[in-house]
Amino acid sequence: MLQETDPPTPQPTTGPETPGAVRAATAPPEFVLRWADNALIHSQRLGEWTGHGPVLEEDIALANIALDHLGQARMLLSHAGRLMDPPQTEDDLAYFRDAAAFRNFTALELPNSGVHAARGAQGDYAFTIVRHALYSAYMLAVWERLLAGPDANLAQIAGKAIKETRYHWRHASDWLVKLGDGTEPSHQRMQMALEQFMPYTNEWFALDALDLAFLSRHVTSDCRAHSARSAGDAAPDHAHFSRPDQSHIAPAADSRQPLEALAGGLRAQWLALLEPVLAESTLTWPSPSALLTCGRYGRHGEHLSVLLAELQSVARAHPGAQW
Amino acid sequence: MSSDAPVAHSTLAAVDTALLEAVCAIPDPEIPVITLGDLGVVRGLSRRDAHVEVQITPTYCGCPATEMIRSEVLQTLHALGETSAQVRIVLSPAWSSTWISEDGRQKLRAYGIAPPGPSCGGTSIRWMDRRARSAGHDESGLRCPRCDSGEVERLSEFGSTPCKALYRCLACREPFDFFKTL
Repeated sequence: MLQETDPPTPQPTTGPETPGAVRAATAPPEFVLRWADNALIHSQRLGEWTGHGPVLEEDIALANIALDHLGQARMLLSHAGRLMDPPQTEDDLAYFRDAAAFRNFTALELPNSGVHAARGAQGDYAFTIVRHALYSAYMLAVWERLLAGPDANLAQIAGKAIKETRYHWRHASDWLVKLGDGTEPSHQRMQMALEQFMPYTNEWFALDALDLAFLSRHVTSDCRAHSARSAGDAAPDHAHFSRPDQSHIAPAADSRQPLEALAGGLRAQWLALLEPVLAESTLTWPSPSALLTCGRYGRHGEHLSVLLAELQSVARAHPGAQW
Repeated sequence: MSSDAPVAHSTLAAVDTALLEAVCAIPDPEIPVITLGDLGVVRGLSRRDAHVEVQITPTYCGCPATEMIRSEVLQTLHALGETSAQVRIVLSPAWSSTWISEDGRQKLRAYGIAPPGPSCGGTSIRWMDRRARSAGHDESGLRCPRCDSGEVERLSEFGSTPCKALYRCLACREPFDFFKTL
């Protein structure tokens, strides 16, 4: 991270995405940091494959995908830092926070070798592909919601990121099928990776009031129409969704369980993408698990500290250094 | 905003039109056969008294060329006597490969890079099952930049830079880069 990106100033007059939209709400840094840290930590894990990929093309592909995530992380960290008092730079946030201040999902800090580290430090490509696929499908739904959401700065970042994430999803889903419906050993490893990883996705749907404020579509559309709109719609054009008004920030009295409705809507979008690909990959959906990790509240496993030690050591040894 | 014309010249004074043209003529750091203007990343120029601001949009969030582009634009402005100049990165509307000019597409093809398709909706990069892929629905209209055959296959979704994918021509057997539709 060499230089701070200029503020993505809202430009209501130039964006075709914002025809007359009222975007009054600004998401607090706590919410922005979740997506920033997800992008940063996932980028670091993908980047660990550089020079170690199973084939040259994949080595390059994962490095490029890591770079996309790093770019997204920079924009999000810069934005979060500007909202803080006193303001922080992207470097302050990336290099000088300790693990407990990170807001990424636990799923993304798990080592590339998988949860049980049975394959040692080399990394398990099956585990990497499963995580990459499940996460990019999830982020397609998240970016789409942020793009249509009430925060203009997040909508701008989402508008760029969603285009990249579509390519991530296509890359990941191709490999899900190639390896899942590949040889018997590759199938077994993919199924094992899926079973290891799936419990960690529970956290992705354990939502709170911030998600409700900034990931909801129009409350009524979320409760009634998400199944009709999102089923089978791989990368819906945001323009097809009604512009949210501000009423979703204070949930309507008649929507009794808005968090459950939001989680259900998000999961429906995710499943609509995943299910046809998993079916073709001949992988079977693991049975449900009750595991609930809390990385996004700063309660991380042991792996994040090790990851951060590598990510932050140079910047901390030479604070303020320029290169 | 029209997808073909991200830069508005009409309201600029002659001196600023010349500045904008100079900025648009800077070669892209990654693919020097095309200019920043061809690539469609120059989004505008504005002046307040002696202060000039150029707006640039990045192609990909993590594109490492963005910093290079920023410094080259500043150098160009300084060389033309603008002492108070700044480059602002704008994100919205997000860059689209449809903004690459027709001239730029021809230069890319001549350089051996297949230019992106005409449209960039989400549908064009949706996951497809094997039947759809084998029926050649992968990138409609994609042709080998060397022999112009339409019989091509994708080797890797990601090539030498984030904006390119690696393909192979099944007719002349040469691999080639494809500037991805975004």
